[in-house]
Amino acid sequence: MIWDWDWTLEILPELLTQGLLVTLQATLGGAVLAFVLGLFVALLRRSRNPFVSRPVGAVMEFVRSTPLLVQLFVVYYVLPDFGVKMTALMTGIIGLGVHYASYTSEVYRAGIDGVPKGQWEAAIALNLPRRWTWISVVLPQAVRRSLPALGNYLIAIFKESPQLSIITVVDVVGFARELGSERFRYLEPMTIAGLFFLLVAIPASIFVRRLERRLGN
Amino acid sequence: MTISPCSAELPGTLGEAMPFLCEGAVITLQSTLGGSLLAIAIALLVGLMAMSGHAWVRGVARVYMEFFRGTSVLVQLFWIFYAMPILTGFQLDKSFAGILALGLNLGAYGSEVVRGAVQSVPQGQREAAIALNFSPYHRMRYVILPQAFVGMIPPMNNLLIELLKATSLLSVITVADLTYQGRLLVNSGSDQLIVFALLLLIYFLFSYLITLIMRFVEGRAARMVGRGGPGSGRRKDRRWSRRPVSPAETPSVEGAR
Repeated sequence: MIWDWDWTLEILPELLTQGLLVTLQATLGGAVLAFVLGLFVALLRRSRNPFVSRPVGAVMEFVRSTPLLVQLFVVYYVLPDFGVKMTALMTGIIGLGVHYASYTSEVYRAGIDGVPKGQWEAAIALNLPRRWTWISVVLPQAVRRSLPALGNYLIAIFKESPQLSIITVVDVVGFARELGSERFRYLEPMTIAGLFFLLVAIPASIFVRRLERRLGN
Repeated sequence: MTISPCSAELPGTLGEAMPFLCEGAVITLQSTLGGSLLAIAIALLVGLMAMSGHAWVRGVARVYMEFFRGTSVLVQLFWIFYAMPILTGFQLDKSFAGILALGLNLGAYGSEVVRGAVQSVPQGQREAAIALNFSPYHRMRYVILPQAFVGMIPPMNNLLIELLKATSLLSVITVADLTYQGRLLVNSGSDQLIVFALLLLIYFLFSYLITLIMRFVEGRAARMVGRGGPGSGRRKDRRWSRRPVSPAETPSVEGAR
């Protein structure tokens, strides 16, 4: 038998408690940041002032076109030179959040564009101030439309979070790498890590597809 | 006199870094090209399998797609490079393992794109081809695919850029790509701010290059199926700004179903 069951049972509990906790923190932290920052970016990109909307758009295009890994290196290695010191996990959350904000801002933008023109006109007819038009009329509808796509990005962030293991965060994959390098045997820990991601990601994507169908009508 | 951007004669950190980064850039481009060829081949094959009349063929395609979209590229890369040799006793070369992981992963996303594009070809085209007594193969080859191809290109463009970005992960299994060379430079004492800025800039230029190539291909493909003459094709090109496709799903194509 090539597969070592004894070792599997020995490492399984550690892997799925310690590692899992960090993966969850990274995923949720990154997602919350991406969802909030993305909304602000989407609003800034709709600004009537081109000196606001253009640079914000260009920066986000740049972030979206370059690898998350290199961005993580920048946050992890370069920012401390400027006196910004953070834990590796915090660095990772900021990296994931900013990277995926460039994606979620497009989701919100599509959501805002999808709000029927009549809603805007009705708000003007009711003499609603512009700020309240956004807060109480447009955004609630836009965010609702954006939910399924945001759900997909939550899953995507979850799946990309192993990249944090490269900047020394000990998540499920980072932990598996540590265990593997101890014995120079990666088969069991990596397979468990892979199965764990499948086990979470597949039901989650089925759930998001249902949500899509329900909100679709 | 013009100096090549890879020249060591450039001033300061630039001259120190660029020769190394150019070497890495070549490896990054090779991996991107290799990965995309594999991914496109898999996408076409699995995408068509997902619409097969046989339930078991559809099942195989479905399992493949869910499996490779359900885990991250990094885990797949580690698994193929470190874990598979223990199971099979066969150690792959690191660049080949990298290209294989990228191709298999992006191929799974691509097959969803292919399926969506084929299904969005109007039903009448299929019926007309049946009425003209085309065989299923000819129907696909000469009627459906050329039209579906045009719709595949914008989402494929996004996937190719995701693939370019994912090649940076190959540095983790010590493939000497752009990211690897950059880290090597930083470790040997080069100014890290400049080196990382150069890395990001080069990746951005490559992304832009992919977009330019794909726009050109789309223009050609659109004219080949008679959509938009000269000029109108170009106007249409300008309109599709790069919209990110969710790595988990492909909403723009899903919507077409």
